[in-house]
Amino acid sequence: MEARFTKGKSAILERPLSRPKTEVSVSAFALLFSEVVQYCQGRVYSVTELQARLAELGKRVGASLLDVLVLREKNGKRETKVLNILLFIKVSVWRALFGKEADKLEQANDDDKTYYIIEKEPLVNTFISVPKETSSLNCAAFIGGIVEAILTHSGFPAKVTVHWHKGTTLMIKFDDAVIARDKTLEGR
Amino acid sequence: MWPRLLRHSAAQFGRGPTHEMPHFPNSELFTLTYGALVTQLCKDYENDEEVNKQLDKMGYNIGVRLIEDFLARSTIGRCQDFRETADVIAKVAFKMYLGITPSVTNWSPAGDEFSLILENNPLADFVELPDNHNTLIYSNLLCGVLRGALEMVQMAVDVKFAQDTLRGDNVTEIRMKFIKRIEENLPAGEE
Repeated sequence: MEARFTKGKSAILERPLSRPKTEVSVSAFALLFSEVVQYCQGRVYSVTELQARLAELGKRVGASLLDVLVLREKNGKRETKVLNILLFIKVSVWRALFGKEADKLEQANDDDKTYYIIEKEPLVNTFISVPKETSSLNCAAFIGGIVEAILTHSGFPAKVTVHWHKGTTLMIKFDDAVIARDKTLEGR
Repeated sequence: MWPRLLRHSAAQFGRGPTHEMPHFPNSELFTLTYGALVTQLCKDYENDEEVNKQLDKMGYNIGVRLIEDFLARSTIGRCQDFRETADVIAKVAFKMYLGITPSVTNWSPAGDEFSLILENNPLADFVELPDNHNTLIYSNLLCGVLRGALEMVQMAVDVKFAQDTLRGDNVTEIRMKFIKRIEENLPAGEE
């Protein structure tokens, strides 16, 4: 997107997209993330705003990550069914981000628009201790942003919120149109 | 991966002297998170100079915490001189945290200044600077980290990027200069 402003300064577009060989330590990420949270905290006035800011950052990450993962893991094939994109997130995205699959993927009993991804101990919260005043803060809002961007950019517009439930739960609420479309696909 | 994470948490509290450091399967989340941060900073601040300063400040905050993590994990004792410090930074610390080993070169005759040459930089993987951000020092966080970490072990240093592949140079070079030893100020009456 920025390429037209750089006039092809570097050969970056010719580089292969294989997995990077360097491994960054968990501590490095944790320290960076904690600084990111503190930076956001200094510019907002409420927990909701802070979570929103973290989600914004997550969305940027998710947008870039989607392209890389789809190219690498799925040979550029696009998912068209809700269940498949959710499995893609639970398995491929989680593995690319955290080295393991997400703990659980569930569907809401009473609402076919809502799904839950449950993670007992998200990596991003490993080094974050939440003081009592802001007990509703969940920095996994960052992961929520990543998931929301991946869903939205794949053609499954949805809202993702984060809750303290069985560890950390990402609640994914798809737009009506998505579920309607999925039903017609299944009906075929 | 999961069992290693639990062991790592235990080590964090037990302060076990071990080099073992759980690593991500790859560094993409780290690179992308840093990228999102720099993008956000560029939005929040008017100009590159401000962003550079902010990155340095954030790096400093990280460095101050990172040194404790480093000392807890490695069995390295006190460095005898600046040369040893340089080696530890390049061969142990960089390797531990970023998985890269920069080379130490270009020592000044007085032995108080040297360069770290980074062949690749996980912070800036796949990054290209747009034309309107020519003066942005993208990886300036690293300078702050080094400065903050060393200040906690009583060394005042000046850290700058001398060259940056993102700005068209052939290599990425960080120049570190020893300024002075910081005296430990203990409150009167305490030992």
